Amino acid sequence: MSNFPFLSVLTVAPLVGALVVALLPRRRPDLAKLVAFGWSLLVLVLSVIMWIAFQADGDRFQFRESYAWIPNWGVNFTFEVDGIALVMLMLIAILVPLVILASWHDAEQSKRSVPVYFALLLVLECTMIGVFAAADVFLFYVFFEVMLVPMYFLIGSYGGHQRQYAAVKFFLYSLVGGLFMLAAVIGLWVVGGKTFDWQALSQAEFATDTARWLFLGFFLAFAIKAPFFPFHTWLPDAGGAAPAGAAALLVGVLDKVGTFGILRYCLPLFPEASRWFAPWALALGVIGIIYAALLAVGQNDLKRLVSYTSIAHFGFIGVGIFAFTTQAGTGAVLYMLNHGLATGLLFLVVGMLIARRGSALISDFGGAGKLVPLLAGVLFFAGLASLALPGTAPFVSEFLVLIGTFTTNKPVAVIATLGIILAAAYVLWMIQRTTQGTLNPTLTEVDGMRRDLTLREKIVVAPLIALIVLLGFYPKPVTDVINPAVKATMQDVGRTDPAPAVGTVQEAAK
Amino acid sequence: MSELKLPSLDYAALAPILILLGAALVGVLVEAFVPRRLRNGVQLALALLAVLSALTMVILNADDRLLTAGQAIAVDGPALFLQGAILILATMALLLIGERSVERGGAFVAHAAVTAESPDDRRQAEGAGGTTEVYPLATFAIGGMLIFVAANDLLTMFIALEVFSLPLYLLCALARRRRLLSQEAAMKYFLLGAYSSAFFLFGVALIYGFTSGIPGRTAGVDFATIHAAVADSPASRTLLFAGMALLAIGLLFKAAAAPFHVWTPDVYQGAPTPVTGFMAACTKVAAFGALLRVFHVAFSGASWDFTPVLGAVAVLTMLVGAVLAVTQTDIKRLLAYSSIANAGYLLVGVLAPSKDGLSGTMFYLVAYGFSVIAAFAVVTLVRDADGEATHLSRWAGLGRRSPFFAAIFTFILLAFAGIPLTSGFTSKFAIFAPALDANQAWLVIAGVLTSMVLAFPYLRVVVMMWLSEPGDATPTVTVPGALTSAALVIGVLATLVLGVAPAPLLDLANGAAEFVR
Repeated sequence: MSNFPFLSVLTVAPLVGALVVALLPRRRPDLAKLVAFGWSLLVLVLSVIMWIAFQADGDRFQFRESYAWIPNWGVNFTFEVDGIALVMLMLIAILVPLVILASWHDAEQSKRSVPVYFALLLVLECTMIGVFAAADVFLFYVFFEVMLVPMYFLIGSYGGHQRQYAAVKFFLYSLVGGLFMLAAVIGLWVVGGKTFDWQALSQAEFATDTARWLFLGFFLAFAIKAPFFPFHTWLPDAGGAAPAGAAALLVGVLDKVGTFGILRYCLPLFPEASRWFAPWALALGVIGIIYAALLAVGQNDLKRLVSYTSIAHFGFIGVGIFAFTTQAGTGAVLYMLNHGLATGLLFLVVGMLIARRGSALISDFGGAGKLVPLLAGVLFFAGLASLALPGTAPFVSEFLVLIGTFTTNKPVAVIATLGIILAAAYVLWMIQRTTQGTLNPTLTEVDGMRRDLTLREKIVVAPLIALIVLLGFYPKPVTDVINPAVKATMQDVGRTDPAPAVGTVQEAAK
Repeated sequence: MSELKLPSLDYAALAPILILLGAALVGVLVEAFVPRRLRNGVQLALALLAVLSALTMVILNADDRLLTAGQAIAVDGPALFLQGAILILATMALLLIGERSVERGGAFVAHAAVTAESPDDRRQAEGAGGTTEVYPLATFAIGGMLIFVAANDLLTMFIALEVFSLPLYLLCALARRRRLLSQEAAMKYFLLGAYSSAFFLFGVALIYGFTSGIPGRTAGVDFATIHAAVADSPASRTLLFAGMALLAIGLLFKAAAAPFHVWTPDVYQGAPTPVTGFMAACTKVAAFGALLRVFHVAFSGASWDFTPVLGAVAVLTMLVGAVLAVTQTDIKRLLAYSSIANAGYLLVGVLAPSKDGLSGTMFYLVAYGFSVIAAFAVVTLVRDADGEATHLSRWAGLGRRSPFFAAIFTFILLAFAGIPLTSGFTSKFAIFAPALDANQAWLVIAGVLTSMVLAFPYLRVVVMMWLSEPGDATPTVTVPGALTSAALVIGVLATLVLGVAPAPLLDLANGAAEFVR
C-alpha cells in the first residue's frame, strides 16, 4: 500500500478536477459545484487512506517519490512527508470540501463565472498540497509562488469591498517575501553543492555568516506569509475582502505555509542561525500576540477581527517553534492544525452571518441570537474554541506551547499568557455585540436574518465542531504523528529538552 | 607589393547569412517587377521562405566550430544558437508584420515621407495598401543580425551593426496611425543610433592602436589579436580602457541599457507594433550576442577591469527600467521600460564568466524574446476606431470583454514578473545562479529587489484588465488573423514550455556555450 504514489496523485488530482470544472459550461453552475465538491471528497478519501498507511513510529519521512525535472540544475519532483506535513495535508483535505460547500452561493453574488470560482478553489488545493508535500527546495518554491495566483483571483474577482486593493496588497507582500526567498534558494543551491534535495541539503554544512543570510532570506518570506508582526498588515485587508470560504483557506491553511516553512526549512537547514535569531523571532511572536489581540478588540468589521485574532495566534505558533522544546514544538504544530479548524469554522460562520445581513460591520448586528439561535450558538462555539477554552482543541495546543516555553524562557511564557486574557476579551465582546443583548430593530427587516442554519450549512459546521471537541479531549492520534517529527526537528537544531523541574507540570501536559 | 590573397569562404557555414541577404535583394526586385496586388503575398512568402531555409541551414551546421572568411566570421556554438534564436523570433515577427486582416492595409503606410496630418496623409491612413518594402527591409535587418552575432572582428561587427540598424530606422517611420509619433521615433532612433555607431567606430580605432607593437603580431581588430594584446601589449592601458568604454557604449545603446536607454520608450511607442516586437526580441538577441562575444572572447583578460563598471551599468539599468515602469500609463512604453530592466538582468548574465553564465544568458534571450513578441502581438489586437488603444486606462475591464486574450496577456505578464511555471522564472534562475556562483551577489540582490518593484506595474495591468469594470472607452479585441494567431500561439506556448520543461533548451544552450577564438 505504501508503494502507491500518494503524494503526486494527491497533488495532481485537484488540478485535473479544476480543469474539468473550468471546462464545464457557464450556464450549468450547479453541475460545476457538484463536480468540484465530489472531486474534493475524492481527495479527502485518498488523504484518509494515506493517513492510515502512514506509520507514526516508522521513518521520519515517508511516501518518498522522486522524478527528474530539470536535470541541468538538479531539480526533481521529490515528494515526501513527515508527521507535520501529513497533519497539514489532512487539514487541507478536510477544509476544502467544507469550504466548497459553504461557498455554494458566494460566487453568484459577484456576477462572475461560477465554475471558474470553484476551479480556482481546486487549483488552490493543488498548490497547497504541493507546497506541504514537496521535499525539493526548488519545487517548494514553485508551489509557494504559484499559490499566490489562484488566491489573487479569488480575492480580486470574487471578494467584497476594497477587493482590488486587498488582492494587490496580498500579491505584492507575498511576492516580495518570495523574491527574498528566491535569492536565498539560489544561494543555498550554490553553497549546498548544486542540489535542491532536502535530504542532501540538511546534511550540508554552511559557513556561519552564509547560513545566517540564507536563514534571513527564508525567514523573511515565511514571516510575511505567516504573517508575523510587523509584516502582518496585508492579512486584515485580504481576510476582510476575500469571500468567506477563500478567507477560511487563506488563514486556515495558506498562512500555515509560513510556520511550516520555518519548521521544515529554516530550523533543520540552518540550525546555528536559528539559535542565533531565536530571541528576535520570539520577540516578534510575543509582540504579535499582544499587539494583534489589542487591535482585534477595536475592530468593527467581523472578518477583519477574525484576521487579527489569527495574527495573535500565529504569534503563539512562532513562540512555540522558537522555544526549541519538544512540547512547545508539538504544541505549535498542533496549533497549526487546531487553528485551521477553529478559525476556519469561525470564518465560515461569520461568512454565513454576513451573507444573511449583507454587512460585515459588528455595529449592524445586535441581538441576532434571537432571530438565528442556531447560527448564534455555532458562532459562540467557534469563538470559544478560538479563545482556547479547555475542552476545545486549541486549548491543548496553546497549553503545550505555554508550558513548553516556560521551561526555557519564563518571561516570554508569562507575557504570552496575557494573550489568553485578551483573546477572551475580543471574542466575548464580539459575541456580545452581535448575537446577544437587545435586538437591533433593523435586523428584523432583513429577509436573510429570518433563516437559521440550512441543512447545507449544518453539514458544513458539524464535522468541524466534532473534530474540535474530539481533539480537545483526545489529541493522541494527532500528537503521536507529530511528536517524532518535532523531536527530529529539535535534534536538527541541536536543542534537547531541559530536565523537568517539577514533575507534575510535565504530567499535566500529557 | 605582395599579391592580394583571397580568403577562403566556407559557403555552407555562411549559408544562413547569404540566403537572407540574397532574399532581401530578390525582394527589392520583386518590388520592381511583380504587380502591386500580388506583391504582399509574394514578399511575405519570400521572406518566410528565406528565414526558414536559413534556419534549416543553421540546424544542419549545428556541429560546426570554425572561423571562415579570413577569420572575420566565427561559426561556433553561441553564434549558431543565437542565429537560430534570431531566425525563430524573426519568423514570429514576420508573421505579425504580414498581418493584413487586423487593420485594413496592414500596420504600415505606403509613403512615409508624406507630411504628417496632411490630407494626403489622412487618405493613406484610411486603408490604402501599405508598403511592401517592409519585407526586404526586415530581411536585410535579420541578415545583419546574423552577421552581428557571428562577427569575429570589430570591423565586421561594425558593418553588421549598420546593416541591421539602417533598415530598422526606416521601419520605425512606417506606422499607419499616429504618423508624427512614428516619424519622431525614427528620427530619434536614427540620430542617437548614428552617434552610438560613431562611438563604436572610435572605439575600434583606439583598440587598433592598442594592439600595435606586440612582438610577432601585426596590429588588427580581430578578437584573437585583441585577446593577445590585452595579455601583453606594450601600449598604454588607457587606450584599452577608452576603447572598451566606447565599444561598450555602442553595444549598450543597441541593448537599451541605462544610461543609453532614453530612445527606447519613444521608439517602442512610435514604431509600428510588429516592428516594436521585432526590435524587442531580435535586436536584443543580436546586441547581447555581440556583447557576449566582445567581452568573453576579446576582452576576457580584462574582466577584472570591466566587471565593476558593467555591473554598475547593470544595476542602473535594472533600477531605471523598474522604477520608471511604475509611472507609465501607455502599455507600449511600459513594455519598453520592462525591456530596459530585462537588459539589466541580461547584463548580470554577461558578467558571469562561466559556461553556465553564457548558456543562461542565451536561454534568457530566447525565453524573453518569445514572451515579448507575444505581448506585442496582443497589443496589436486591442484596438478601437482610431487604431491600437495603448493607453492603460483603456484596458480597464478587458477581462470581461475578451477573457481569452486578457488571460493570455495575464500569463505573459506573470512570466515577466518571474512567477514559476513560466519561462520568466526559469530564465531568471538561469542567470542569477551563475552570477551568485561567480560571487556577484550584489548583482543578484539588485536583480531581486528590482524584480519586486517591477512586479507592481505588471500587476497594475492585471488589475486593470480583470478587476476594473469595463467602461464605454474599453476597446474590443479584434479577432486576429491566422498570422497573428500563429505568432501568439508560438509565443505563449514557448513561454509555458520553457517554464515547465526547460531542460531541452538548457541542454542545447549548454552544448553551444563555447566560443572559438
